[in-house]
Amino acid sequence: MKTVMEGSNAVAHAIRLCKPEVMAMFPITPSTHIPENLAQMVADGDLDAKLITVESEFSAMSATVGASATGVRAFTATSSQGLALMHEVVYAAAGMRLPIVTTIVNRALSAPINIWNDQQDTISERDSGWLQIYCETNQEAVDTMIQAYKIAEDKRVLLPVFVCMDGFILSHTYEPVDIPEQKDVDEFLPPYKPEHAFLDPDKPMTMGPFAYPKPYAAMRKELSKDVMKAKAVVKEVHDEFAKKFGRSYGNGIIEEYKNDRPIAIVAMGSVCGTIKEVVDKRDDVGLVRVRCYRPFPKEELAKALKDKENVIVFEKNVALGLNSGAMYPEIKDVLYSAGSKARVNNVIGGIGGIDVTKENVENFIERLKDKEGVVEFLGGDPNE
Amino acid sequence: MGEKVTIGGIIYDVGNSTATKTGTWRVFKPVFDSDKCKRCGICAKFCPEGIIEITQEKGAQANMDYCKGCGICAEECPFDAIKMEVEKK
Ligand code: SF4
Ligand code: SF4
Repeated sequence: MKTVMEGSNAVAHAIRLCKPEVMAMFPITPSTHIPENLAQMVADGDLDAKLITVESEFSAMSATVGASATGVRAFTATSSQGLALMHEVVYAAAGMRLPIVTTIVNRALSAPINIWNDQQDTISERDSGWLQIYCETNQEAVDTMIQAYKIAEDKRVLLPVFVCMDGFILSHTYEPVDIPEQKDVDEFLPPYKPEHAFLDPDKPMTMGPFAYPKPYAAMRKELSKDVMKAKAVVKEVHDEFAKKFGRSYGNGIIEEYKNDRPIAIVAMGSVCGTIKEVVDKRDDVGLVRVRCYRPFPKEELAKALKDKENVIVFEKNVALGLNSGAMYPEIKDVLYSAGSKARVNNVIGGIGGIDVTKENVENFIERLKDKEGVVEFLGGDPNE
Repeated sequence: MGEKVTIGGIIYDVGNSTATKTGTWRVFKPVFDSDKCKRCGICAKFCPEGIIEITQEKGAQANMDYCKGCGICAEECPFDAIKMEVEKK
């Protein structure tokens, strides 16, 4: 049954259905409503979880790592500066192979301070070893939360996952969503049975130990390979979810929307809804939505983009010092390796919460359709 | 080391710190003078590695597999019974 509810509330319900045993959270705009809703559920007895109210996001992620290391399903949520403060522990969580799921309500990073949406926060964690899945709608955020634990805890993965949803645009928007039944979620997502990392006095273990250069290099190499291998599980879990719950998101890795046209826009997150509306009105442009950004879907993107005349990479982040978005060179790498002749352009838009309208999309398509190698900022002119 | 790494580098075979021979880090080595040594045990208490053994027969002696050559024992000995020397390797 569909219910109209706020995105954060819907996601909180999805987390409740996943039955995390420990949640350590610190409120930060725009993710605050998620811990608020979850705290209410714990207080009301609707969720039997240990809620740890910590004094900072660094502690939130540290407590989540500690909880996960004891072998329980652990959760946290944050945004922007909160994620930046977690940074050190974010890397530790992946290196320690802890299957934590964290909802990131995407927001711009300081300075200047700004509370609105872009994706700079999670993009800045792209090399951490966490899987990153970007959602277009609140329904997808709900469904992806449930998939995320199954992916993270899979014996072939054992890696943490960021479920990314755009701040305000999704988190604070009321949309009809279908909250699955507990019984169905229980069938899909059995309790977490840790085999590699847990607390048992009869079986003591050392986690996150010191490593000399050789074992360190070996572990990082292994980690790098394992993150890439996780893609197959992201897809498998997505497909299994689709079968059981009747909802799917492209092939689980990327979503191709009318991608039989000479121009393709590549984008992530909620802006894809706007782009789809523009695509519907034109016959020269399609959309390739990157759902699973880490691991980066090189093969899928090569297949979807290599025969294009023009690929426009739309991004809500700036790679300072490169003067483009972070994904732009990655897409170029994919196309170069595929021997593609496509012209590639880059639009950095929606930074700091600036609206991306259908007119904006129409306009950048017109400006860039005959261009090559242009990087442009939408709304970067203070006099506009 | 050299063996296959576990997932996350987790060590299941715990209590293995003796496998790390910290003696390889050493530049200086303590040289104990058994005649000057009063067997008081102060050096053993201060040694951060806990590897000084005192016997009536030989006085204070360090387990050189783990002695880091930090010199704390020599600094603490009230009887000037320990000298730090550069170790020739
Ligand atoms: S030099 Fe340092 S490590 Fe070696 S025996 Fe003396 S106190 Fe212990
Ligand atoms: S502190 Fe000096 S005198 Fe005392 S046991 Fe050690 S070496 Fe001997």
